[in-house]
Amino acid sequence: MLLLDNVSKSFGAKHALAPTSLAPQPGKTTVLIGPSGCGKSTLLRLMIGLITPDTGSVKVDGAPLTAINVDEVRHRVGYVIQDGGLFPHLTAYGNVTLLPRYLRKESGWIEQRVNELAALVSISRDTLSRYPSGLSGGERQRVALMRALMLDPQLLLLDEPLAALDPIIRRGLQTELKEIFARLKKTVVLVTHDLHEAAWFGDEIVLMREGHMVQRGTLDDLLSRPGEPFVTEFVHAQRADARLAAA
Amino acid sequence: MSTQRATPHTPLPPLRSRGGLGRGRGPHAPRRVCHAGAALAAVLGLLGTGSAAAEQAELTIGSKRFTESYILGEILLATARTAGVQAQHKQGLGNTGILFEALKSGSIDLYPDYTGTIGRELLKSDASDLESLNRGLAPLGLGVAVPLGFENTYALAMPDTKAQQLGVRTIGDLAKHPELRLGLSHEFLNRSDGWPGLQRTYALPQAPSGLDHGLAYEALASGQIDVMDIYSTDAKIAKYKLRVLEDDQHYFPEYAAVLVYRLDVPQRFPAAWTAMQKLQGKISVAQMVQMNAQAELESKAFPEVAAQFLEQAGPASTGNTARANFWSRLFGGDFWRLTWQHLLLVFASLAAAIVIGVPLGVWAARSPRAAQPVLAAVGLIQTIPSLALLAFLIPLLGAIGIWPALVALFLYALLPIVRNTHSGIVDIAPNLRESAQALGIAPAARLRLVELPLAARSILAGIKTSAVINVGTATIAAFIGAGGYGERIVTGLALNDNQMLLAGAIPAAVLALLVHWSFELLDRRLIPAGVR
Repeated sequence: MLLLDNVSKSFGAKHALAPTSLAPQPGKTTVLIGPSGCGKSTLLRLMIGLITPDTGSVKVDGAPLTAINVDEVRHRVGYVIQDGGLFPHLTAYGNVTLLPRYLRKESGWIEQRVNELAALVSISRDTLSRYPSGLSGGERQRVALMRALMLDPQLLLLDEPLAALDPIIRRGLQTELKEIFARLKKTVVLVTHDLHEAAWFGDEIVLMREGHMVQRGTLDDLLSRPGEPFVTEFVHAQRADARLAAA
Repeated sequence: MSTQRATPHTPLPPLRSRGGLGRGRGPHAPRRVCHAGAALAAVLGLLGTGSAAAEQAELTIGSKRFTESYILGEILLATARTAGVQAQHKQGLGNTGILFEALKSGSIDLYPDYTGTIGRELLKSDASDLESLNRGLAPLGLGVAVPLGFENTYALAMPDTKAQQLGVRTIGDLAKHPELRLGLSHEFLNRSDGWPGLQRTYALPQAPSGLDHGLAYEALASGQIDVMDIYSTDAKIAKYKLRVLEDDQHYFPEYAAVLVYRLDVPQRFPAAWTAMQKLQGKISVAQMVQMNAQAELESKAFPEVAAQFLEQAGPASTGNTARANFWSRLFGGDFWRLTWQHLLLVFASLAAAIVIGVPLGVWAARSPRAAQPVLAAVGLIQTIPSLALLAFLIPLLGAIGIWPALVALFLYALLPIVRNTHSGIVDIAPNLRESAQALGIAPAARLRLVELPLAARSILAGIKTSAVINVGTATIAAFIGAGGYGERIVTGLALNDNQMLLAGAIPAAVLALLVHWSFELLDRRLIPAGVR
């Protein structure tokens, strides 16, 4: 359904992404991981047309992404960013229903969808009536997820969705999110810099470095069959972090 | 940025000095605003509206836009009224050209002028004797009469003490003292009947420097120059203890003060005319200098100066100078008309500025290439002094009054609105902008649903700034007959009447506060709760 075919991107003189091809497995969760500046967010933003590739093409359901079809494609893709990206001038409810109202969906349908999703992400109607400034970090991400799921997209893109949360909330949301992904059977692409989060969510993990894909596979593949020394280096660094955090 | 134009850009024009709307400083100044010639007809239209109906019953006296003319106008007014004739004084109508047109069209019946000016500017001849002037004016149904007794001519002056020391009495004596420093006004330096001819006639060896007339007195007092050009009835002659040098070769033409009148005046207003004829020869140079000084240096109101003169001269004073209570003047008859005009000026121009300015700001925010030119252009407009802008708009629109005023206010209101719209949108956090994009909302809807609401606070702040500034700037519109509270300010300046001035300035200030507060309330309604 989503295919990145030899896409590359430079920002000025900086090569953000070398030519890369990737097709996330339908119904599975693909995690993009790597140190900052490795090109993982660039890859994600290419998928939803927030930036256009210098070379190669992005294909959705076989059709290349163009300026003409991009908005229509975006309706079939949910997108969640680090701090939720909720609009401060709208209540949580206003944020969640903005897109369907813009597309003139029937209000009964919208209500039903809001109730379903509120139950799915455990958000109360009362919380929905609040402005983003009155929500906790976790609540914001739940609302952002609701907003992304409103039109029941096949593809869900998440850019460091939990990075801004404190560890306990984060752990809880990780559990919930994984259940939600499993229940909805969506194709998910998730960007993180945290190996544990990658291992937790990822059916497939794509490790990136300096605009290149270094290795793709399961956590086990990365651990036992590292493609190059950087893989081991990255894994060990993260484990050391985890030990420090545990101590 | 919100305070940068809290007041009108330019000081009000120096009505109490001899200048008109432009830099010209005296009775003989060439037609400064006449290049706005297209406006002349419109000015007259405006003048005509008030006087047409009253023409039969009421004698209308005009005056030019400098102190001496105001005072003479008041003297004529009081004289006519004392003679039991209904009369009005249209003060400070402008320069010679405008007064002459007003006279020809019957908007005014008579006004004071100077023989040399009438010859040169109206008849294009060097004649300055009454007989030839009357010959030239008769075909137009006009005449000159009643020489008032003084001349107001160009002259050179130097400090009395220095003149005594050097034995300088006449202009010719200057030739014997080449070391004397002459500081002359730019106008005098360049007029054909100014310095070039003077230098030839008297063979003067000095090389004068050009100096602003207002500064020349101080320069003279502090000894930086020795000689300056003045008018012979200048109020400051006494104050600065100047000696007016005698024009022994009679170089300067005669500028005797006279009345220019419609030939039907003596027959329509016989009593007033007889009374005014008695003013012939009654005003000496010294008296005129003194009256100018009372108005300019002692800040006496023109009617008061006139009344005092007439009292001394014999005929009973009109006794009309007692001032009404300030509060009754503040809320006087025209209060609601002026308020309505002021509100119209402020809000009609503001509405247009919103309709044009917000899209301009959006465009500038959307297109980085458009941003700099757009912001620079609206910024540039802001640097044009308001009177200059009005003077420019009058010939462009071919009208005076409300339209050029509205256009000027509109242009001034653009900057805060455009700039705040631009910055309000540009300052939206990139992640929010991107979130709207990622939802798949088309650009126009994104603007309406997300960007404008998020920028609402900044945009409204810009509109509020424009509105408050407009209230102040709109006062200047009265200079071109657009009404509003400025009308009282202009009249107050012209009449040297501080109460009148305050009766215009105070409501304008109160209105500015009210506008400010109303916008604070409006903020609460229009700015979404989440971004307040």
